Amino acid sequence: MCATCGCAGDELAGHEHEDGTWHEDGPGHEDGPGHEHAHDGQHPHGRTVTLAEKVLARNDALARQNRDWLRERGILALNLMSSPGAGKTTLLERTAAGLAGELVVGVIEGDQETALDADRMRAAGCQVVQVNTGTGCHLDAVMVRDALTKLDPPGGSVVVIENVGNLVCPALFDLGEAHRVVLASVTEGADKPVKYPHMFRSADLVLVTKTDLLPYVDFDLARCTADLGMISPGATVLPVSARAGDGIGQWYNWLRRQAPA
Amino acid sequence: MHELAIAEGVVDTVTQRLPGARITSVHLEIGALSGVVTDSIRFCFDLATEGTGLEGARLEITEPPARCRCRSCGTEFLPDPPIILCPCGSADVAVLGGEELKILAVQVA
Repeated sequence: MCATCGCAGDELAGHEHEDGTWHEDGPGHEDGPGHEHAHDGQHPHGRTVTLAEKVLARNDALARQNRDWLRERGILALNLMSSPGAGKTTLLERTAAGLAGELVVGVIEGDQETALDADRMRAAGCQVVQVNTGTGCHLDAVMVRDALTKLDPPGGSVVVIENVGNLVCPALFDLGEAHRVVLASVTEGADKPVKYPHMFRSADLVLVTKTDLLPYVDFDLARCTADLGMISPGATVLPVSARAGDGIGQWYNWLRRQAPA
Repeated sequence: MHELAIAEGVVDTVTQRLPGARITSVHLEIGALSGVVTDSIRFCFDLATEGTGLEGARLEITEPPARCRCRSCGTEFLPDPPIILCPCGSADVAVLGGEELKILAVQVA
């Protein structure tokens, strides 16, 4: 206990001194030789300030703003995530062509470098904004807010946010999307959901992609689906091949059901 | 390496809440299901705090375990991630704890 002011030193609660200064004490507050207590209104020793704030509070608040902004305009936003090369852009190219004239699809492309994916989606007839994260491994709500301003999607459209290819980091960052769609390609192996549970636990829809390659790879679709049922019991699982077209109709139907009326 | 972004988030939040303060220690709560690796946070913390009011601050981390309740049988249990499965076999579980990612408190000089 502090001999001068009587603060307990083992509690997070604070107390007020007669001179009106507020004093918050904590476990780190120890009395000792170095503890000079001036009582002149300035406390030279440390004080503990309780913050109890979520680390991602700022991102989450901006994500909520994005979500409100999208909802007001009747825009469906999807956060599309997977490892690099799982087929996000190929799926989007096929989708843009397949639903042309039915849904207006805008795309926010997240990559560390290059505008290669943006070029592909522009060629597929979509409005696109490319976000290059540099060394960053994920998109955050600020990047998406700025990209949405640039993209200026029309009311009633669909905005697909193609996140940086990564099964770890993007899982933590809410962007303001309505749904999370996670891709796992059959060439990656059936164990990905178990190895990267955070990502798959957050998914609303899991697309098992490149199913046209199933005859050539060791991929146990039944095991992958069973694992997903345990890791992400709420998620819908759809096997698709963007190249051959298998299952693509079910993906379109899912998209139609989510799209603004 | 989202832990760098997390560490930068800690610096941003503390700097915003306590502008100009010199921080000598930071107490974080990082749950077992938060998706954040505490060793990586420690690694990134010095980098993220360099040149800020948090430079040189001690980092204390509390790690609450994962805690779940089964929606089928009502049992409360400590799961063994990655697969969160009730001993009864059900995967329909509510997470009660372990997802925390919070700044609990800081020590101001």
